[in-house]
Amino acid sequence: MDMQQLKEVGPCRWELGATGAMRVPVRIYASGSLLREMDDKALEQAVNVAALPGIVGASHVMPDAHWGYGFPIGGVAAFDADAGGVVSAGGVGFDVSCGVRCLHTGLRREHILGVQQRLAEALFAHVPAGLGSTGAIRLNAGQMHTMLTGGAKWAVACGWGSEADLDRIEERGQMLHAKPGFVSEQARKRQRDEMGTLGSGNHYLEVQEVTRIFDEATAGSYGLALGDIVVMIHCGSRGLGHQIGTEFLRRMVEEAPRHGLTLPDRELACAPIRSDLGQEYLGAMRAAINCALANRQILTHLVRQVFADLLPAARLSLLYDVSHNTCKVEEHCVDGRLRSLHVHRKGATRAFGPGHPELPEALRAAGQPVLIGGSMGTGSYVLAGTSGSESLAFSSACHGAGRAMSRHQAMKTWTGRAVQDDLASRGILVRSPSSRGIAEEAPGAYKDVTAVVDAAETAGLSRKVARLEPLVCIKG
Amino acid sequence: MNDRWEHFEHGADIGVRGRGATKARAFEQAALALTAVIADPASVEPRDGVEIACEAVDDEQLLVGWLNALIYEMAVRHMLFSRFRVAIDGPRLHATAEGETLSVARHRPAVEVKGATFTALRVGQEADGLWTAQTVVDV
Repeated sequence: MDMQQLKEVGPCRWELGATGAMRVPVRIYASGSLLREMDDKALEQAVNVAALPGIVGASHVMPDAHWGYGFPIGGVAAFDADAGGVVSAGGVGFDVSCGVRCLHTGLRREHILGVQQRLAEALFAHVPAGLGSTGAIRLNAGQMHTMLTGGAKWAVACGWGSEADLDRIEERGQMLHAKPGFVSEQARKRQRDEMGTLGSGNHYLEVQEVTRIFDEATAGSYGLALGDIVVMIHCGSRGLGHQIGTEFLRRMVEEAPRHGLTLPDRELACAPIRSDLGQEYLGAMRAAINCALANRQILTHLVRQVFADLLPAARLSLLYDVSHNTCKVEEHCVDGRLRSLHVHRKGATRAFGPGHPELPEALRAAGQPVLIGGSMGTGSYVLAGTSGSESLAFSSACHGAGRAMSRHQAMKTWTGRAVQDDLASRGILVRSPSSRGIAEEAPGAYKDVTAVVDAAETAGLSRKVARLEPLVCIKG
Repeated sequence: MNDRWEHFEHGADIGVRGRGATKARAFEQAALALTAVIADPASVEPRDGVEIACEAVDDEQLLVGWLNALIYEMAVRHMLFSRFRVAIDGPRLHATAEGETLSVARHRPAVEVKGATFTALRVGQEADGLWTAQTVVDV
């Protein structure tokens, strides 16, 4: 990216002033080197977002940002319904409520090493992963409706988890105001046998070790210590969310002229929050959030079954569950005034600071755990939300490493077998139904996740708490 | 026969491009490129046919609609397709997609496609007389 056009306004903070059709500036949070590597398309898309009606404050770009669909991946934008604000299907993405969940196990590295191979095989056998895999749960029409309104709370009521889990999930496990009536038959049909499946692409399930602690006090309140074993699950709303994204993107493109919206890029397609289409999308998207929360809860149940069988001493309690593709109504203080805003986070994690009322009591003093998935060979991070993050980017942080190389290029550069062997030699066991899938997700195809979280910390979006490194990776 | 397909690069995802002597044949080739994102089209036997119909306000949205219809049929039928016959009449498309039930062991599917996007979307006739039909798909 050409940095000449940007003004450095703070540590790892850059700004492009509002010109032309832009209603607000663009703010980018990145180090100089991340910024130089960031593609121009990410900035171009952030500029387009800055021109949308009702946008508040700035069009924000996280350190892991790259070229997305309409919005950049790693984009955050808030809209005020009272000021003609819009909601955008592209600003949420196809995989609605894709997110990350982290589970304690109560185990230490030494408990895992003797059974690492068996654990990898058992998780791979028990957790449906990859294209063509199906879940064991089939929902009738009534159950589908209850799932779409109940989320993880519904899954717990079905016996797949405990009440204590719900406290550790955003929205307490249930996204309110979901409207299953706006979820099409096609979307339901696509979900028919996908409950409790991991999916494919960059989705994974990992057994990880805490290899570094940056902040002892916060790590303590999160229940993390050096050598602890945790489980990280990365997946989303499966076929139902993909179909909702597809259908509403098309409708928003078609209906934009009717709403008087002139868009520089069709994919910025959006609808006024106060329109039938806007409300229908919000209702369907919230149902998809519940689908994702229910799905991650069922996957948690499957993981618990495997551990109960192999490592009966394990106690898998939830650290936290975050979603990084959403639009949520939140209250934020802007220019000294509390405003109710529709905050889009596309490839960005909500990161509430200490004292936020949404956080469960046990986490309130430390701030929200922000879970950052890396590549299968490098590592992941647990960060904590900061007090200053609200005034920076509506309490948001990055979501992962972000790709540095296309799938096509990765496939030409590596073979799945070689990647798997290389990782095995470093003590990381990867299991996947697809060798090509492993090649496309090779660690070298991703940016350096450490550079991303360092930039997020320097900018003040969140604080580093712990680094996690994989021992087992189930790749979809 | 100059009909062919290829993939093109897009940051996190992948572009599918079909080229053909007619618009309909470019759409057929784009569909083959879509299958190739998931598995080798040569490994997919055209055993069973599925009828697909869609319509849109312009050629480009018709391509997105066509690819999304295929993504939907692949998902709900657990099928992959390798032979396509497309007829386009103004804003309407009628097609038969032939393929077989997905076999993880035999097709070794690499990745699932979530949806066709409007990114790098283009349908048009080139200077060489061939048609191009392309867009990026989200995986």
